[in-house]
Amino acid sequence: MLSRRHPQLNRHGELIHLLTIEGLPREVVHHILDTAGTFLSVNDRDVKKVPLLRGKSVFNLFFENSTRTRTTFEIAAKRLSADVINLDIARSSTAKGESLLDTIANLSAMHADMFVVRHGESGAPFLIAQHCAPHVHVVNAGDGRHAHPTQGLLDMYTIRHYKKDFTGLTVAVVGDIVHSRVARSDIHALSILGVPEIRAVGPKTLVPGDLREMGVRVCHDMAEGIRDADVVIMLRLQNERMSGAMLPSAGEFFKSYGLTPQKLELARPDCIVMHPGPINRGVEIDSAVADGAHSVILPQVTFGIAVRMAVMSIIAGNEA
Amino acid sequence: MKILISNGRIVDPASGRDERGDVAIAAGRIVALGRVPGDFQPGRVIDAAGHVVAPGLVDLATRLREPGHEHEGMLESELNAAAAGGVTSLVCLPDTDPPLDEPGLVEMLKFRARKLSLARVFPLGALTRGLAGEALTEMAELTEAGCVGFSQAEVAVADTQVLLRALQYAATYRYTVWLRPQDGALGKGVAASGALATRLGLSGVPVAAETIALHRIFELVRATGAPVHLCRISSAEGVELVRGAKAQGLPVTADVSINSLHLTDVDIGFFNSAMRVTPPLRGQRDRDALRAALADGTLDALVSDHTPVTPDAKHLPFGEAEPGASGLELLLGLTLRWGEELKLPLVRSLARVTSDPVRVLGDALGSLASSAGRLVEGGVADLCVFDPAARAPLRGQQLRSQGKSTPFDFEYTGFELPGRVRATLVAGTVAYEAR
Repeated sequence: MLSRRHPQLNRHGELIHLLTIEGLPREVVHHILDTAGTFLSVNDRDVKKVPLLRGKSVFNLFFENSTRTRTTFEIAAKRLSADVINLDIARSSTAKGESLLDTIANLSAMHADMFVVRHGESGAPFLIAQHCAPHVHVVNAGDGRHAHPTQGLLDMYTIRHYKKDFTGLTVAVVGDIVHSRVARSDIHALSILGVPEIRAVGPKTLVPGDLREMGVRVCHDMAEGIRDADVVIMLRLQNERMSGAMLPSAGEFFKSYGLTPQKLELARPDCIVMHPGPINRGVEIDSAVADGAHSVILPQVTFGIAVRMAVMSIIAGNEA
Repeated sequence: MKILISNGRIVDPASGRDERGDVAIAAGRIVALGRVPGDFQPGRVIDAAGHVVAPGLVDLATRLREPGHEHEGMLESELNAAAAGGVTSLVCLPDTDPPLDEPGLVEMLKFRARKLSLARVFPLGALTRGLAGEALTEMAELTEAGCVGFSQAEVAVADTQVLLRALQYAATYRYTVWLRPQDGALGKGVAASGALATRLGLSGVPVAAETIALHRIFELVRATGAPVHLCRISSAEGVELVRGAKAQGLPVTADVSINSLHLTDVDIGFFNSAMRVTPPLRGQRDRDALRAALADGTLDALVSDHTPVTPDAKHLPFGEAEPGASGLELLLGLTLRWGEELKLPLVRSLARVTSDPVRVLGDALGSLASSAGRLVEGGVADLCVFDPAARAPLRGQQLRSQGKSTPFDFEYTGFELPGRVRATLVAGTVAYEAR
């Protein structure tokens, strides 16, 4: 039944995988954020471990290279007392011609309990969730341009931490929206949590008008985009898009859309600046902003571990 | 053998005939239609009470995977699928391995197909050698070998100069060029541009990929006078351009696939790769325009776009999955479903898969042009007998085609397909009979 029930929910409507934020009930999002809050204190303890996933095996399957996200998942799983196996698939089995589902079948035979998956193709974690053994849980750690739900959730945790209430906020997402799985997950999460004004800001090559269908206000002018914003989320500009048919140069992009202290003055005085990292200083964000008083980029990383602990412990507690 | 099909509802779109009667067949031809002389001595009687007796279906877009998959016996399985679907004549595309760009390959395909005595096979030859879009093929030789037209299948000709020359050359001999209007560069995405593709993060194919290609083709047709058949129109804007070109008297015809006629991009759901087809599924507005255009004749024919794809090639992330779906066994049911939804009489809906595709093929059919796709005394006995009232859920696994992937699997659509083929006759011989 591919089409009837959402593949990340069981028949009681409980979360058994985390594949996307789209369609999650608001209470589920808040439950994840609340649970993350209880884990934050674990991270401050001398013994940074809780036994919730003791005896469970978490496989990090990264079909696309990533150091940062993989590391935070690894830390989160270890703090839940799970055994963590990192597989750098980009350089192993698929290079030998093994199909994605064969890889999954083999790893399932090694009694994996959870797969944390990053893949270059949109939708790959859905395919895995639909074909793995029923007891196995899947966490999407980024698929193509589609979704990066744990990043979206940690961004919501960060916003809630600093702003408390979502229902009066103006949030601007700036940069390469069209290729960004982070932007999509953020936009879905902000909509679910009731943010009244979500803006997508960038040139027409990176912010196409179709995005309006996701409920955002499309702004091609940076000043219009960040004026009176409570939250500015800057996206990373991938190297391969800095010059070519999408953009003429990183320099011209920075001039129009790079976040500088001067531009930031248009936002609300208590505005926070976020970035999923790794940042390109001088391309999408000026160092003075990245390191400045409005920046919450490093707290995002800290919250990210707690949010990933919350997601893994919640889905592991629900049965298919 | 002499066969009598008795007491059926004879539906012949070409003549508009829709009445109860008998059909007598002898020596591969229809010898009597309606009232059969008392002295006809059949060796076999097919009781068609409650059934429709119609011309065999003519499908203008199929892939038989031969040459390339001889060892898997795909020609036989796919022609059996055709017979089970009531299809008695089919046009196959040249994107085989190697492509159909040499007369020897075409002769071998025709020979092997004839030996199977199932559906009649009409190959399209490659328009350019290796479908590379650079050098022309020997079109006259290929026609002699049995090609009914020339096509690039899914491969766009990037060089407009080459396309112009190809159309000029084809026009010299009055050969029809079959083109799928899609700009090569704009057509690289995996789903139709729009809200769904944006939301799922899938690369998009904009409507402009189709409309730009159509404008280019129309200008070249205007310049060369070459007859062109436009394959698998997918958008409302494309339909409007075809309508305009026809109104101006350009020598063009067009078809639409069963996929685009019944599905939209929303059916992709959670990355269901069974819905990965080319052209990509578009929106509700496009689907409505295609349905209306097929009814009013702007689109001449409905095609199965039969493309058998193995499970391994579909069990991949959406963007990596091979595009295509099996369709030969669904063409009749989906024609009937469209006709029912638009409340068309049976003679009108069936025309789009019988007499109209034969009109598109025209003189390329040779002596068959006057009797394929229709019921006429003295004409070839290519027939399809089906129960129009039967309804059944479709399961991909039950298809005779080696490609079991179909977006119309009951699991995805939840709807039952009307029509059950009882018997298919090709040249007066039973090619398929339901148990």
